[in-house]
Amino acid sequence: MIPAAFTYHRPKSIQEAVALLAKLGDNGRALAGGHSLIPMMKLRLAAPGNLVDLAGIGELKGVRADGNDIVIGAMTTQHELIESNLLADKIPLLRETSLQIADPQVRYLGTLGGNVANGDPGNDMPAVMMCLGASYNVTGKNGERRIAARDFYQGAYLTALETGEVLTGVRIPTPAAGHGWAYEKLKRKVGDYATAAAAVILTMKGGKVESCSIGLTNVADTPLWAQEAERILTGSTLDAATIKRAVAAAEAITSPASDARGPGQYRTKMAGVMLTRALDRAKSRVRGQGSE
Amino acid sequence: MAKSQIELKVNGKNVEALVEPRTLLIHFLRDQLNLTGPHIGCETSHCGACTVDLDGKSVKSCTIFAVQANGADIRTIEGIANADGTLHAIQEGFREMHGLQCGFCTPGMITRAYRLLQENKNPSEEEIRFGISGNLCRCTGYQNIVRAIQFAAAKLNGAPFQEAAE
Amino acid sequence: MNDMTPTSAERAAKLEGMGCKRKRVEDIRFVQGKGNYVDDIKLSGMLYGDLVRSPHGHAGVKNIDTTKAAALPGVVAVITAETLKTVNLAWMPTLAGDTQMVLADGKVLFQNQEVAFVVAESREAAADAVELVEVEYEPLPVNVDPLKAMTDGAPMIREDLKDKTDAAHGKRKHYNHIFSWQAGDKAAADAAFAKAEVTIKEMIIYPRVHPCPLETCQCVASFDKIKGELTLWGTFQAPHVIRTVGSLISKIPENKIHVIAPDIGGGFGNKVGAYPGYICAIVASIVTGRPVKWTEDRIENLSTTAFARDFYMDVEIAATKDGRVTGLRCYTIADHGAFDACANATKWPAGLFSIISGSYDFPAAYCLVDGVYTNKAPGGVAYRCSFRVTEAAYCIERAMDIMAQKLGMDPAEFRMKNLIRREQFPYTSAFGWQYDSGDYRTALNKAMESVGYKKLREEQKAKREAFKRRETRELMGIGVAFFTEIVGAGPSRACDILGIAMFDSAEIRIHPTGSGICRLGTKSQGQGHETTYAQIIATELGLPADSITVEEGNTDTAPYGLGTYGSRSTPVSGAATAMACRKIKAKAQMIAAYMLEVHDDDLEWDVDRFRVKGNPERFKTMTELAWAAYHEVPPGMEPGLEAINYYDPPNFTYPFGAYICVVDIDVDTGQTKVRRFYALDDCGTRINPMIIEGQIHGGLTEAFGIAMGQEIHYDAEGNVTTASFMDYFLPTAVETPHWETDWTTTPSPHHPIGAKGVGESPNVGGVPCFSNAINDAFAFLGATHIQMPHDHWRTWMAAEKLGLHA
Repeated sequence: MIPAAFTYHRPKSIQEAVALLAKLGDNGRALAGGHSLIPMMKLRLAAPGNLVDLAGIGELKGVRADGNDIVIGAMTTQHELIESNLLADKIPLLRETSLQIADPQVRYLGTLGGNVANGDPGNDMPAVMMCLGASYNVTGKNGERRIAARDFYQGAYLTALETGEVLTGVRIPTPAAGHGWAYEKLKRKVGDYATAAAAVILTMKGGKVESCSIGLTNVADTPLWAQEAERILTGSTLDAATIKRAVAAAEAITSPASDARGPGQYRTKMAGVMLTRALDRAKSRVRGQGSE
Repeated sequence: MAKSQIELKVNGKNVEALVEPRTLLIHFLRDQLNLTGPHIGCETSHCGACTVDLDGKSVKSCTIFAVQANGADIRTIEGIANADGTLHAIQEGFREMHGLQCGFCTPGMITRAYRLLQENKNPSEEEIRFGISGNLCRCTGYQNIVRAIQFAAAKLNGAPFQEAAE
Repeated sequence: MNDMTPTSAERAAKLEGMGCKRKRVEDIRFVQGKGNYVDDIKLSGMLYGDLVRSPHGHAGVKNIDTTKAAALPGVVAVITAETLKTVNLAWMPTLAGDTQMVLADGKVLFQNQEVAFVVAESREAAADAVELVEVEYEPLPVNVDPLKAMTDGAPMIREDLKDKTDAAHGKRKHYNHIFSWQAGDKAAADAAFAKAEVTIKEMIIYPRVHPCPLETCQCVASFDKIKGELTLWGTFQAPHVIRTVGSLISKIPENKIHVIAPDIGGGFGNKVGAYPGYICAIVASIVTGRPVKWTEDRIENLSTTAFARDFYMDVEIAATKDGRVTGLRCYTIADHGAFDACANATKWPAGLFSIISGSYDFPAAYCLVDGVYTNKAPGGVAYRCSFRVTEAAYCIERAMDIMAQKLGMDPAEFRMKNLIRREQFPYTSAFGWQYDSGDYRTALNKAMESVGYKKLREEQKAKREAFKRRETRELMGIGVAFFTEIVGAGPSRACDILGIAMFDSAEIRIHPTGSGICRLGTKSQGQGHETTYAQIIATELGLPADSITVEEGNTDTAPYGLGTYGSRSTPVSGAATAMACRKIKAKAQMIAAYMLEVHDDDLEWDVDRFRVKGNPERFKTMTELAWAAYHEVPPGMEPGLEAINYYDPPNFTYPFGAYICVVDIDVDTGQTKVRRFYALDDCGTRINPMIIEGQIHGGLTEAFGIAMGQEIHYDAEGNVTTASFMDYFLPTAVETPHWETDWTTTPSPHHPIGAKGVGESPNVGGVPCFSNAINDAFAFLGATHIQMPHDHWRTWMAAEKLGLHA
């Protein structure tokens, strides 16, 4: 219940934060919403000597349109994602996903940055970011860089972030108007991590799939980008036989842990079921030309 | 470990204190300010018994350090009653509808319900249940808690309280 | 008398006595955050204790080095078994006739077993010091499978009992064996099976679960060196028992031990026995001369304190082919973990499991239970179980469904055919229990009518056909459970805890101005006793419930009692309350007669007064009589108006109920939606319907959790894998179904107010109702028994096994 002792820092700018983290190296951790890190610290599974609280850095907040993209500051909370009219209008997938993360209290403080940056395979936003083709703005002592979400995840708690780097924002290409979307999450109870979940973005033209994006949550030690399934579905009418092949392709890339949610074989099958249901719901939401 | 000075507002009163960085807000409230209303029911941030209202947000005070709350405006169950000392409609509702038994989840539950009704003045049953999904109760089975919140919503809206037929 | 004079009914209503939905007294402080729980207690100079625990499920302890921990600034003491041995407390007696290590004495026998106790000036220093205690372990082979416990070569759990073949409950037949206990008539049962037309046999497993109250176990121990007195605040459902046990093991006389149970955040059987944390805190306080607070966190609570169930029941029913049951047999292996720490009455190592013939008229029955040791946390009796009644009810209700299925009969119809009939009460079961009262058919009929049972079965039939035609991927299940449970422990001839008979008590004192105080030997942990006992008194004595203060939990002032668990408060202390009231009323009647100058027999009672028969204008209210008792008593009578009653119940009470639920199962994910849950309970006289309803809601929610996902799971290495809220399934408001409650009222003939108790009924009946529903959904496809919990993946696996995903 009681974490190990640490020194607390509250920088006022990204530069200050990055400089601090560079200096502290492995002995420092960034603190975002704290709802992944602090529980680990209370169980003494993590005992950083220094916490660098990002809450005082205004540049890390905000949701704005930037040309064809939407840029979201890393310290934007799940609650703020849900409340954002811009996101409800342009990327409703995010709101639907946020509402399935944890509970109201956690959503008030938990951040998008925290959810995508720590490499926890159970987090929901990573697969959604892969589905959306998002990229992460990262700042370190060597300056800024941008990493595609699809290239970011390397293993459980292993990401492309280097020591001392801070994820400062997420850039998402705005999906086409009239797109269909769904985040279908099977869980044991509200607030739980996914037994399996699928994120889908879909556009249709002339009754056929014009583009399809699929991300899968918690069925491997990283989020999964189901490229092969996407390829199978593109150009199809989302007929049962094609979906069956796409599901098989999606299942084939999973390697879920067996845990209290069920044995690996069950979770793989559930990834398939979630994908099927997400495709169905996404299709029903497609609007405008091509939705017939 | 060096202590930090924090200044914040708790239940309308300005507070200054020295805390270790690792002191959780729940321990600060309970041990240093003697506000023993919010409770500790777990160490994995699930149960919500520690819920407080911080800068207009429902927050699990066991998952935030007191130093992070520097400058914050916090309300605990001890600050929920009306300014004239009468029970808040939510507190009244919990009593009217038998929304508590052992009382341990109650402070966190009422404090969460307070913010829920600020977010949504007229929630449906489904919205109430979803709105309190971060607060566990082992005694009541939630049904009377839902009724308590509906009672409170009606009272705050100046509407008559219609009990659903069994 | 005129139109303004209140009628009897109006006067009765104002009293808020039995039968009314009196709002709770407790709520006023709880809704304002002004409850007084153990962790709220702060004493000057108080220290904090924290436990070092074993990561291994079974290991020798070669060495414990406390040097670094003791050297940490703020640490005042580090206690190990060696320290405790100097005061003969390294081991303590359990409530089940076993002994238990307080701190590891050469070995650890389950993961998270207590190894050392650190005492420090702050929580932080204690937590840091725990990390600094260095323990050298020698891992040993682990066994967490009770079915393997008594095989040759199974790892020996209790080396300390190695040569002990005679134990608390008789002969031990294996080094991991604890007890054998049997009931019923084996010969008669065997004969019934020998000639049976139809039989079923099934292994019914009730997995290990945990009651998980929201407040964990905790205490503050404060030993006053100067007076030689110990004050102990704690989460105690049975404070007097803690005092007596504490005295026996510490040798401090009982008059110098003050045990106080303040507000308790839920008990559910988790807070009955004594835990190592309590003993360590007491010893630490004695050693340091300062108060010591010990609180456990959730993982500690779930993985080491009183678990529940873990029963493997091999059950058989014999019946005629037209559906009359003729015999019942059950062989059970009970997993008690590493120590038998069950809070059972002495003669009942398997509790009241022999209620297993349930609501049905079995002419012959027999059960045998073998308790075994494994490398798991100690305990077994907890979680609204009424002493193993939950296990028995689950077993018989599943078995009846399985037999109904074999006979091709509807489960409700099969039950109706075998329910004990009203004319048979008081009914003596094949296990010798005398059921006090019941009208089972009326209850089951009412339940079935209320839910529209026939229409539900028709709907199910249509849905099954649609499923076969692949028009739907949902299966509908209807669960029926008709339970009879046995509570109110208990008659002294049958029940004692460590030799103390299981009576209970009420002491009532009425003050001169007509209000009063009632103190009892029970202890509420949320059941609303401050509200309900006052209602009994209001009806009995005609004083407003609001004028009666109810106190429990302080052993200095409360009369001796055995505490609150097993739904015993209403049956035992509720009876004591009524009996004490009647003593007071009898005295008041004599005073009234004296004041009114009539004979005692010339008076009749009317709600709140004694009035002269035939002359109702002449009366004395109880309030007037209270005043008189302090200055105007008849010559020769003592002043004052109070009484105490210690009630030794003549029998248990037998609440019963009919529960029906409807579920819809998504075969492709294994998710179950509870469409409807109807619970009809008969708890005899209903003291406060609002509180009863609350108890039913809460118990059904616990039952839902148990049936649909809870388990305390150990892997083969002895790691407990479900010991936090990450994985131990506690439903939120979102998952929890809506509950419909209903009732019939069949008073208990032997209870002074006819009340039976109700707190545990919903867990007893709820679990089998849910489980029967899920099983019922798949029954038409040939499945006979799907084990709990019915979480998504297991339900999906059942569907997979039946080929439903092809």
